[in-house]
Amino acid sequence: MKRRKFIRNTSTGILAGTALWSNYALANGIFTGPELEMGTKKITILHTNDTHSHIEPISGGRNDGRGGVARRAALINTVREENPNTLLLDCGDIFQGTPYFNFYGGELEIKLMTMMGYDAATIGNHDFDNSIDGLFKQLPNASFDFVISNYDFSNTIMDGHIKSRKVVIKDGVRIGLFGVGIQLQGLVDPKMYKETIYNDPIETAKDQARLLREEDNCDLVICMSHLGYSYRGDKVSDLALAAATSGIDLIIGGHTHTFLDAPEIVKNAIGKDVMVNQVGCYGINLGRIDFYLKEGKIDKGVDVVYDV
Amino acid sequence: MKKNKLVNSKVVFNHSAFAKAVLLSTILLVSCSQKIYELKKVSGNQTAVDATLESTEEIEAFIAPFKKSLDGQMNEQISYNPTSMHKNDYKLNTPIGNMMAAIVRTQGEPVYYSRTGKRLDMVLLNHGGIRSGLNAGPVTMRSAYEIMPFDNEIVIAELSGKQVHELINYLVERKSAHPIDGLQILLNKDHSINKVLINKKPIDNYKTYTVATNDYLYNGGDNMSFFKDTPMTKIDYKIRNALIDYFKKVDTLNFKRDNRFDILK
Repeated sequence: MKRRKFIRNTSTGILAGTALWSNYALANGIFTGPELEMGTKKITILHTNDTHSHIEPISGGRNDGRGGVARRAALINTVREENPNTLLLDCGDIFQGTPYFNFYGGELEIKLMTMMGYDAATIGNHDFDNSIDGLFKQLPNASFDFVISNYDFSNTIMDGHIKSRKVVIKDGVRIGLFGVGIQLQGLVDPKMYKETIYNDPIETAKDQARLLREEDNCDLVICMSHLGYSYRGDKVSDLALAAATSGIDLIIGGHTHTFLDAPEIVKNAIGKDVMVNQVGCYGINLGRIDFYLKEGKIDKGVDVVYDV
Repeated sequence: MKKNKLVNSKVVFNHSAFAKAVLLSTILLVSCSQKIYELKKVSGNQTAVDATLESTEEIEAFIAPFKKSLDGQMNEQISYNPTSMHKNDYKLNTPIGNMMAAIVRTQGEPVYYSRTGKRLDMVLLNHGGIRSGLNAGPVTMRSAYEIMPFDNEIVIAELSGKQVHELINYLVERKSAHPIDGLQILLNKDHSINKVLINKKPIDNYKTYTVATNDYLYNGGDNMSFFKDTPMTKIDYKIRNALIDYFKKVDTLNFKRDNRFDILK
């Protein structure tokens, strides 16, 4: 196994998941990395979207030989070795696209995400393809949370099994997650999503960002979206959501299978920058965002530096 | 192939150690007053997942039995395709779209006729519903699953002449290569309608037309609202099974672009 140089100089025991937790304080000291100043924290976000049941590398066509879960897992491990303060997130459409889904109903996809240590996923329209009951059936295979804030599942089997937001603490940094899903009507057969109620994503995002900041005291707020990157016309998208809200640091998206050369920086409703990213589809790319945070309040007027 | 071990798997997680760690970290967090962190710098990039990366052994081993069972069924050759076809090969109509529409008619009409005594006037599917291209070479069960992974069924809707006009307006407005069969739409250079024919005849506003589609579109998918509340007949035939049945009986595929939906030069 290849190891990064600075990892080799530390105790290898720290690499095991259990040891990593019980060596929490130790890890705090060692793993912040040599490049970081005192009092600076580094949080890494890894993300996928629209993996669409692509388990093996793609065979044939323009993406021949790309993707593959076993390789993605290795890449994730490498990043975690480099920075254990890493979150792994998915932005929906986990299901549908290869016969693995038709034959095993999403069992393999969810079990593999559990093995890779996903922290949270939001729900895409295709995750209803075996109906809401088919999604519910796979929940026991997920050790991660499904987080979505604008679908009201009160009158469905999913009631109580989905989080509208989630707070993860890494190296003392409070990271708030929420999710927004696309309008299901006209896109998914109603007999599949049943009585799931779609609420306005922008209004929901405003509420969730405020709750995560003010009630949950989060230092970072991340929106996991399956709205789509951008549209002609007034259909709500990640870029539109970014511009219409505040208090969100990062929007990672899906649905439109958008391949970007680099994340986009958008001015939000109060003129601050928000990063928007999406990484195509089928597990061809793994997105990575590194957040560097400094303890205490930064002097007013100092902008966040974006390196994309 | 280079191998890599899974290091941070939640599957192998030791729960008592986890509980202790959570307790410890909670004490640590509570005992010091909560610190606030402000964002200073953000960097973003992506890594291509390709053959240059190692593979994780445990993941491959976990997939292996699923893959073996699936491959046995999927790799059987059932037809041959001489020319690669993809849904964005051309505008307005494509060989693969024309294939989909032709197969729905060829396979679906005899079932519909045997149940109702009626024939099909036309077929309408959706461009987005073609989920994969078909490469030149052997056509396998896998090809059928890739083109049509969804479990949608063929359904036949009965539309009035007026509703057919709505259907045509939808197609003309969007100018997407939605698969059609039995219907011809020719546009002038300025995109106004030059000619619309169903089975080579102009549309009769007083006639009822039988339109084969899938249950997704019938239920308003892709905003095809013209199907709303129209009489509908199910024939209990999945689109994918229609593809498989057709591929099994046809030795070599032969589908081309034509002028069923086109702009006059």
